Amino acid sequence: MTAPDDTAARYRRPVPVLWWTGRRPYLLFMIREFSSVFVAWSVVYLLLLVRAVAAGPAAYRGFMELSASWWMLALNVAALALTLFHTITWFVVTPKAVAVRVLGVRLPAFMVAGPLYTAWIAVSAFVVWLLVR
Amino acid sequence: MAREGRAGPRRRPVEPFLWLLFSGGGMAAAVLVPVLVLLFGVVFPLAGGPPYDHLRAVAAHPLTRVALLGLAVLAFFHWAHRFRFAVEHGLGLGRLDRLIAPLCYGAALAGSAAAAHVLFLTL
Repeated sequence: MTAPDDTAARYRRPVPVLWWTGRRPYLLFMIREFSSVFVAWSVVYLLLLVRAVAAGPAAYRGFMELSASWWMLALNVAALALTLFHTITWFVVTPKAVAVRVLGVRLPAFMVAGPLYTAWIAVSAFVVWLLVR
Repeated sequence: MAREGRAGPRRRPVEPFLWLLFSGGGMAAAVLVPVLVLLFGVVFPLAGGPPYDHLRAVAAHPLTRVALLGLAVLAFFHWAHRFRFAVEHGLGLGRLDRLIAPLCYGAALAGSAAAAHVLFLTL
């Protein structure tokens, strides 16, 4: 009863907990938000790999065996799908959030998103070149 | 605590900085994470990974360590920010922000410290 806004809150219509399951755009929104869990998982997984590499060849082999187990593969296939979803939704949203102006004219969305996709492909190609040789 | 009129996340001066970390993490993760998950999570387990010596040399390179630490810190704070609001809005727990926010950013901070430890003290 400290904040004056409590009065207003009591007149607000309660929102059902699963409000986002009813409509497709709402559901996609929530999947996008929860894709961040898989972004975090992917980084944790990479750090575990680095830790195994630091511990020596035997630990690296052990990690590779673990990563080939069916449940770890399933987890990482899900992580791949959701991090791809993250990348695409991120590049779709960025031109809406970042207004790039040249000579006072706002650049169209594709001229903001285009360089992002280019950078994505270039960085991915560089990582593959670095690791697969 | 005197200016509690409109309690909410926007009142805190740290909030813009958290949005900045969220955006940086979103961008770093968008560009770097899918290819790394594809290689280390799917392709290498099925087709065989790079030789140990090569992988160790790549991982231990100073630029790789700095890049991975940057990715880890930004990605963890990206997760913390997004997960905080996903839980608060998606499950209607906004009134618990004072509990959820410190838990999320605290986990990101702990993850960042662990990343720094692995990349600069263990490797």
